[in-house]
Amino acid sequence: MTGANPFAPTALEGRSLASQGVAKAGFLVITLLLLIPALGIVGVLLVEGWPGMTLSFFLEKPRENGAAGGIATALVGTIWLTAVALVVALPVGVAAAIYLSEYARDNWLTRTINVAIVNLAGVPSIVHALFGVGAFVHFLQFGKSILAASCTLAVMTLPVVIVATRESLQAVPKAFREATWNLGATRWQTIWRIVLPNSGSGILTGLILVVCRAVGETAPIMFTGAVFFRQLFPNGVFDKTMALSLHLFNVSTQVTNVPRHVPFAVALTLILVVLSMNALAIWFRMRLRGRKKW
Amino acid sequence: MTAGPSPVAAPPALLTVRNLSIRYGEKVALQGVDLDVRPNEIFGIIGPANAGKTSFLRALNRMDEFVPEMQVDGTITFAGRDLRTVRNLYALRSRIGVVFPLPVGLPLSIYDNVALAPRLRGVKAKSELDGIVERSLRRAALWDEVKDRLKNLGSLLSGGQQQRLTIARALSQEPEMLLLDEFSIAVDPVTTMRIEEVLKELRQELTIVLVTNLVQQARRLAARTAFFLGGRCVEQAPTEDLFNGAKDQRTIDYLEGRFG
Repeated sequence: MTGANPFAPTALEGRSLASQGVAKAGFLVITLLLLIPALGIVGVLLVEGWPGMTLSFFLEKPRENGAAGGIATALVGTIWLTAVALVVALPVGVAAAIYLSEYARDNWLTRTINVAIVNLAGVPSIVHALFGVGAFVHFLQFGKSILAASCTLAVMTLPVVIVATRESLQAVPKAFREATWNLGATRWQTIWRIVLPNSGSGILTGLILVVCRAVGETAPIMFTGAVFFRQLFPNGVFDKTMALSLHLFNVSTQVTNVPRHVPFAVALTLILVVLSMNALAIWFRMRLRGRKKW
Repeated sequence: MTAGPSPVAAPPALLTVRNLSIRYGEKVALQGVDLDVRPNEIFGIIGPANAGKTSFLRALNRMDEFVPEMQVDGTITFAGRDLRTVRNLYALRSRIGVVFPLPVGLPLSIYDNVALAPRLRGVKAKSELDGIVERSLRRAALWDEVKDRLKNLGSLLSGGQQQRLTIARALSQEPEMLLLDEFSIAVDPVTTMRIEEVLKELRQELTIVLVTNLVQQARRLAARTAFFLGGRCVEQAPTEDLFNGAKDQRTIDYLEGRFG
């Protein structure tokens, strides 16, 4: 046997090496298939929508139910809806996450809350919309308004805010908490001085998730505060408003004589808003992670 | 008081423990422990793993509050107060400093690590904080190494430095008692010796309960030593008496390295 390769594969090893190669290639192909819709969407939107992406498109108010003019009121309306949803969802979500992570003991109440959060995340958005109509528009008498729509969006996004924040709070080592408690700190002092400052990235993730969904969702806002067509900018949270997502639905299916590029341009704007928010979040997170503290 | 050791000429104890038992759910960690710690002594506790040493320290600082399962029975009297009757646990914990086996540099600057406890107490004046920080770091033998970089993160110091930072943090609140739990596990021998020198100095000012897995460390530092085994206090005596003539065979076996 001298001179023979001592590592030459046996028949069995040869078969497993071959199947290993097939498996790797197969999974790679399937993963690459994912790129098709992603590239397809962006490609079609760019090709079809680019002619419409002019400065006046963003700055002009829509005319003729959206068949002419720009998208200024829809764009501004989406910003309003998103900002108010953030103002409502973030404090509530972070507070709930702090309670669940730092104070709650493992008892039936905590378990019930956790089940409720999971279920809330699974409720379809159209059901949230109906809840919003009942709770905010009628019961709390916000009327059909930005406030009602944003509250509906906030309720819908609360689960992700809570989960993202709770995870990041729990990523702060328990030893830090014990060390601080042993200096005579209360739980709140510990949270304020040690835990919260070190869980910024999780809270940021929650924030971005709220923004992306608030920008994109249509169903929760169409009954609660977003309108088909309106040429006035909102003056406050009790005004109705247009929104990009609903506007896209309308110019695509409801309005006649819309120039061909308009729906694509609206969709492209929508995607650009979401993508730029994501990019901002990734940049922030990388900065936070860059100064790793332990 | 009839139970427990009560030598004739001993000063009144700072810490009195009577019939202390600790359970975690069904599991018994410590049972029927009686002992006294006198002011300005280093009291050593030795014993193998699972002897109940750490649980003992946890009970002294009322850390049972953080561990839902932990159940403490018996009487612990510190500075004349029964700990079960202490409502203001924050004040209690600021009178007792704790150092854990693994150093914990909080993710704050070195300065802020040491200034944390005074700040929690409401000290705001920069000059006062500066004084406390320098004094605490000096007492922990860390000042010379970090005085030029107090703004650096405490959690990025080396293990031995972090452990001294932890001690400095514990000292920053001017505690009456310092609890040390196997402080040398994550520390190199040279640093261990430096910290031991620090502890000898500190004995002038405060009382130390030293839990250690190093038998010789107890011998070097402690005036009196207790041997814990399997959740019981087997024996306690002045350290030299324990090393030269322990009464219980299990103590002799442990001290001679036959187990543990």
